[in-house]
Amino acid sequence: MSAALRILEPGLLTTVQDLGRIGYQHLGVPTSGALDPVSFRAANILVGNAPTEGALEIAYVGPRFIIEADSVNLACAGAEVSVDVLDDEAAVNGVRYSSMQSFRARRGQVVRVGQTAGWSLVYLAVEGGFDIKPVLGSVSTYVRGHIGGWQGRALAAGDTLPLRQSSAGKRDEFRLEGLDLTRPSRFRVVLGPQNTRFSDTSIRAFLDGEYTVSPATDRMAMQLAGPRLEHIGGHDIVSDGIAQGSIQVPGHGQPVILMADRQTTGGYPKVATIISADLPALGRSRIGDKISFQEASVEEAQQLRRTLLQQIDAIPSRIVPAHRTSDDLTTCLLTHNLISGIANAQLSLSVE
Amino acid sequence: MTEYNVLAAGDTALIVDFGNQVDLNVSAKVLALAGRLNALKIDGVIETVPTIRSLSIYYEPLTVSAIGLERQVADILEHLEEAPATGRTCDIPVCYDPELAPDLEQVALQCNLHPADVVEIHSSRTYHVYMLGFLPGLAYLGDLPPELALPRRTTPRPRIPAGSLGIGGKLTCIYPMATPCGWHLIGRSPISLWDPALTRGALLRAGDKVRFKPVSLHEYRRVCSDGIVALPQPDTSH
Repeated sequence: MSAALRILEPGLLTTVQDLGRIGYQHLGVPTSGALDPVSFRAANILVGNAPTEGALEIAYVGPRFIIEADSVNLACAGAEVSVDVLDDEAAVNGVRYSSMQSFRARRGQVVRVGQTAGWSLVYLAVEGGFDIKPVLGSVSTYVRGHIGGWQGRALAAGDTLPLRQSSAGKRDEFRLEGLDLTRPSRFRVVLGPQNTRFSDTSIRAFLDGEYTVSPATDRMAMQLAGPRLEHIGGHDIVSDGIAQGSIQVPGHGQPVILMADRQTTGGYPKVATIISADLPALGRSRIGDKISFQEASVEEAQQLRRTLLQQIDAIPSRIVPAHRTSDDLTTCLLTHNLISGIANAQLSLSVE
Repeated sequence: MTEYNVLAAGDTALIVDFGNQVDLNVSAKVLALAGRLNALKIDGVIETVPTIRSLSIYYEPLTVSAIGLERQVADILEHLEEAPATGRTCDIPVCYDPELAPDLEQVALQCNLHPADVVEIHSSRTYHVYMLGFLPGLAYLGDLPPELALPRRTTPRPRIPAGSLGIGGKLTCIYPMATPCGWHLIGRSPISLWDPALTRGALLRAGDKVRFKPVSLHEYRRVCSDGIVALPQPDTSH
């Protein structure tokens, strides 16, 4: 029997992502991929997947979906979010989970992911992953180009996302503890490549000022509002490459940070580039957040990258068996009495 | 010796920049450098992206150092000889019928030409593919004859159909998918330069040569309905 998640409500912008489509920028294909690769990996690790497995990137408002598999093992990681497992479509109350923990659901149950808090994004991984064919080596969704993911677009009601695994494995439930997702007080940038096309006064204003993430922000570009930058010699340049985190300044003088779905090349001068270690925190920032910048050298940036990669490598060591409080235990036992099946037999194993 | 600057785009990309210009000689250098660098298969180099005026080198700094890469680039550029043309030549059908060319008349007016002259001038050249960028499969072709050089439209269009043929400055291109656009549209091609079903996606590569073959509205519609892509399949060497 085929296994799937059937989407009842898609949420605000829910897409399948992985760590990106690498190696095709010379054909004009953006890398795409998870905006917050740290939380993305954490979600996969929580359900025992390879950290690179495709997962759902959920922005602001989560989806509601029904389980069409014997049982599934799921986990959310990233922003704080409440996840309810309801017995069927009509049920109002269910068992509530939070992000950073794995949980199970069985056939016919409905999973409802709420609104994200703290950060904009949360990732939802399924043990075994989605059975989706990669396009150009990746299952990441590039919505503008209709490439990859689920039919090249964000999820919609009625979509049936096929799963590779028809029942959850015999593993305990886990919790992820102490993953540091705090944001840097200032996002660090390496100046350039076209910083010489701005006046010193403008660059000073950019580094000293405070910007607000504007509502026009999407997976392609984070639009900022704050101190204006003045160009030297106009705002049109002959197109060159755009790295993730590049901060370009169009004619209106407001900086625009180019994100995962950025165009591969562009013709506006780029004043600076966010360092790679700060990109995950930038990616999970919310509309309305205040953002400021601080200059860093390439060497400092690479040292910070090393630290971030060490933090990512340490995620599996932060996974601990899910301990339950007495309240949780009651809920769990009640659930167990009402329903039967492998999923709940497994659930009870993790009760101490 | 070639004049260039190596610029940092953050801590995981270097830009080898040859200056703010659209120039066939610069493009030849960019593409030759990309070819040589890719052939070296340097551990830690993730991908290279040739553009009109520069080569972006994306790298993993914990595997390969920026200084090491800069040295490799300098070494390649120092010994770079006149690069042999390696691209293929592709004929692309284009329909210049006014029905599919909303700006043809306006372009002719601004250039002091008859629309038929614009078509004749545009379709009688062999163009060089400077780069692919902005959208999957979008090839920037040049050089447009100076008689047709115009600044962008003052008001960009919010959405143009896939296949639209645009001109702007020294460049011309066919848009592989519907997109906002500020260029002047003087025709439309019935074939798609981006085919996600292809294993490599894009039909053109930087360094290829392109000729436009005018076709009638009738022929345009026939090719559209056949959906046959007559271009050579992309090679796998890049």
